[in-house]
Amino acid sequence: MIAELGHFALALALALALAQTVVPLWGAARHDARLMAAAGPLAFGHLLACAAGFAALLVAFAVNDTSVVNVVQNSHSAKPMLYKLAGAWGNHEGSMVLWVLILALCGGAVAGFGRDLPTTLKARVLGVLGLVAVGFMAFILATSNPFGRVWPPAPDGQGLNPVLQDPGLAFHPPLLYLGYVGFAVTFAFAVAALLEGRVDAAWGRWVRPWALAAWSFLTLGIALGSWWAYYELGWGGYWFWDPVENASLLPWLAGTALLHSAVVVEKREALKVWTVLLALLAFGFSLLGTFLVRSGVLNSVHAFANDPERGVFILALLLFYIGGAFALFAWRGPAMAPTGMFAPLSREGGLVLNNLLLCSAAAVVLAGTLWPMFADLLFGQKISVGPPFFNTAILPLTVPLVLAMAAGPLLPWKRAKLWPVLQRLWWAALGAAAALLLCLAFAGWRVGPALGFGAALWLILGAAADIADRIALFRHPRFLHLGAAWSRAKGLPRAAWGAAMAHAGLGVTLLGVAGMGLATDNLSALRPGQSVTLGGYEWRLDKVEDAIGPNWSARRATVTVSRNGATVTVLHPERRFFPVGRTTTTEAAIETGLSGDLYAVMGEEQDGATVLRLHHNLLAPWIWLGAVLMALGGAISLTDRRIRVAAPATKRATAMAAKA
Amino acid sequence: MKKLILALLLLAGPAFAVGLPSDMLPDPAQEQRARSIGRELRCMVCQNESIEESQASLARDLRLIVRERVAAGDSDQAVIRYIHDRYGDFVLLRPPFNLATLALWGMPVLALGAGLMGILLLRRRAATAEPAPLSPEEQARLAALEKDPTA
Repeated sequence: MIAELGHFALALALALALAQTVVPLWGAARHDARLMAAAGPLAFGHLLACAAGFAALLVAFAVNDTSVVNVVQNSHSAKPMLYKLAGAWGNHEGSMVLWVLILALCGGAVAGFGRDLPTTLKARVLGVLGLVAVGFMAFILATSNPFGRVWPPAPDGQGLNPVLQDPGLAFHPPLLYLGYVGFAVTFAFAVAALLEGRVDAAWGRWVRPWALAAWSFLTLGIALGSWWAYYELGWGGYWFWDPVENASLLPWLAGTALLHSAVVVEKREALKVWTVLLALLAFGFSLLGTFLVRSGVLNSVHAFANDPERGVFILALLLFYIGGAFALFAWRGPAMAPTGMFAPLSREGGLVLNNLLLCSAAAVVLAGTLWPMFADLLFGQKISVGPPFFNTAILPLTVPLVLAMAAGPLLPWKRAKLWPVLQRLWWAALGAAAALLLCLAFAGWRVGPALGFGAALWLILGAAADIADRIALFRHPRFLHLGAAWSRAKGLPRAAWGAAMAHAGLGVTLLGVAGMGLATDNLSALRPGQSVTLGGYEWRLDKVEDAIGPNWSARRATVTVSRNGATVTVLHPERRFFPVGRTTTTEAAIETGLSGDLYAVMGEEQDGATVLRLHHNLLAPWIWLGAVLMALGGAISLTDRRIRVAAPATKRATAMAAKA
Repeated sequence: MKKLILALLLLAGPAFAVGLPSDMLPDPAQEQRARSIGRELRCMVCQNESIEESQASLARDLRLIVRERVAAGDSDQAVIRYIHDRYGDFVLLRPPFNLATLALWGMPVLALGAGLMGILLLRRRAATAEPAPLSPEEQARLAALEKDPTA
C-alpha cells in the first residue's frame, strides 16, 4: 500500500511539474499575471508530492518491506537503522528520487523566499525548474521505478554493499546533490534571463546566492566523498582522479568560475553574457556527472550501480536541456550588449584570469575523463588516462591560478597598478618562500611538497593580507591602531570575510596535500609483541582477536603506538566479514591529530603473523578541514547584508548551509 | 542485475585487501622506485586502479615483474618500456604522446589559447563599439554642468 502511494505521489509530481512548466512560461509570454501567479503554488505542490514519494520510499526501507524489489536488492533486516534509511538513496532508483526531491526543494525555496523577484522572472525561473523536473520524473517513472513489487515477497533483502555502509557515504550523496541540483537554479535564472533578453546587476545579485549555496554544498559533498575514500577504501589515498570524482569536480570548477564572474555582473555589469554561459555550463556539467555515474558508461571504482539502458535516456535528457539552452544562448546571447569597460590589470581583469584558468582546468579534466572513450570510438585505441596525466596536465594551470588568487582581491576595480598590490603582499611572499625553502631543507629534494607548502602559505597569508589591508591594520608604520582596525573589521562586509576565508581554506587544503606528499608508510608481517618504527613512532602489535558487529564478524588487531616510550594511542584495525553478500572489507584504524593521521590497515594472517600496513599521513586532516573552511566562507558570504536585502531567497539556503 | 552486482562485488572485494611484505624489495630505495613506477601502470582487470593500489592477482604479477626489473638494474623508463611492450598502451596511466592523444596532451594549451583569443576578440569588439549615446536627461545635466560646474 505504502509503495503504491509512493508511486502515485511520483506520478502526481510529474503532472504538477508539467503544469509548473507550461502555466508560468505561457503566462510570462502572454503577460498574464494570473497564470504567472500559479507558479508558486504549483512548485509547492510539486515539492509536497516529491516529499511524499521519498517518504514512502524511506518507510519501505525502514520496515524492510521485502515485497518491494528495490528493498530486496539493497537492504537487509539485520542492517542498523541509519543504513536502512541511507540504503533508500544508496541505490540508483532511490538516488534519483532524492535528486528530484532536492530539485523540488530548490523550486520551493525560489517560490517561497523569492518574493522580491520580478513576477515574470520568477515565473520563468520556476517554469524552467519545472521543465528540468519533468525530464527527471519521466526518467524515474519510465526506467527506474523504485516501488516495483515482487510476489511472493523475498524472505529477506540481499543487503547493501558493505563498503557503502558508512556514515560518510550516507550523507555524501545528499550533499553532492544539493550542489549539483543547486546549479539547476542558476541554470534556470540563466535561461529565464535569455528568455527575458536582459541581464543586469540585479540579476547578478539574485544569481550569486544560489551559486554560492550550491558551490558550498558541492565543496562539502566532494570533501566528504574524498574523506570516505581515504578512510574506507584503506589505501590512504584521498583523490584518485576517478571518472566519478572528476564528474563532481567539473561542476565545481565551472561553479567556482560562475561565483566569481557573477560578482563582476553584480558590481560592474560586465561579463554578463559570459556569466550566463557559465551558469549553463555548471548545470551542464552536473547533468554530465549524473549521466556518467548513472549510466556506468565509464569504467570506474565507484560504479556500484549502473545500467546502460538508462544511460540512453539520461543522455537524451542531457542533450535536450544543454542543447536547448545553448541554442537559446546562441539565439539571444549576442543581443545582450556588453557594458562596463575595464583595464586588463584590474579586479575585473583578475576575475577574467580566474575564469580563464578555471575553465581551462575544467577542459583538461573533461578531456582526460572522456578521452579513453573517444580514443576507443574514433581511433580504435584502448588507452588509460590516470592520475599521472591529470597531475601533470593540471599543474601548469594551477600554479598561475594560485599566484593570482592572493593578488586578485587586493586589486581595485576598473584599473589597477601592480606595484601597490605587491607591496601589500611582500610578507605573504616571504612566508611562502620560507615554507618552500624550509621544506626543501628538512624533507630532502622533494619539489612537489615544497611547492605545495609555498602555495599554501601564499594563499593563507595572502588572505590575511587582504583583510589586514581592508581594515588598514598596518596603515601607520610606527604603531598599530588596533581599536580603529577592530571597528573597521566589524564594518567590513561579510562577503569580504567569506572570500578571504574561502581563499585561505584552499590554502589549508593545499597544506594537507603537501603534507601527504611527505607521508610515509610501512608494510610488514608482525607477530603479537613485535613492533616496527615509522614516522618517529613505535607501532607494536599486541594481539589479534575475534569481534562481532550487528551484521558482520571480524578479526580485530590491537596496535599500540608510542613515542619515546609513552603510549600515544591504541589502534584497532579490522577485517570484517559480512555473511549477507559474503564480502570481506578492511576497516582502517585512524588516530587523527593536527599534525597528521596515524593510520593502520590489517591484512591477511598467516603462520601466526599478521600483515599490517601502517601509514604516517602528515597533515592529512587539513585537506578536509580546508574544504570545510571553503564552504564556511561561502556560508558567511551568503549572510552578507547586500544579498540578504536584495534576495531574501538566500535565508533558507544559509540556514541549510549552517546546518550542514 | 543480480549477477552484475555479484560480479562487481567480487571484483571490488579483493581490492580492499593488503599486500604481502614478502613481495617487497629488500632495498628501500629500490622499493621506493618500484612503487613510483607501479603508480604509472594500470591494473588491467581493475577499474581505474594502479597496480600498486590493486590486489587483483594480475596486479601482483605486474608488481613482481616491476620489482624483478628494478632489481636487475633497469632504469625507470626501461621498466615501463618493458611492460608497455608486452601489455600495450592500455597499461600506461600516463597515455603515450601520439596522434590519438595529441589533443588530450595539448588540452591545457588549447584551452588557454582559445580562451585568450576569445578575450582579445571581445575586447577589440568592445573597444571599437560606440559607447551608448547620452539620454536627453543626461545631456541636459551635462549642459548644466558645463555652464556651472558646482551644479
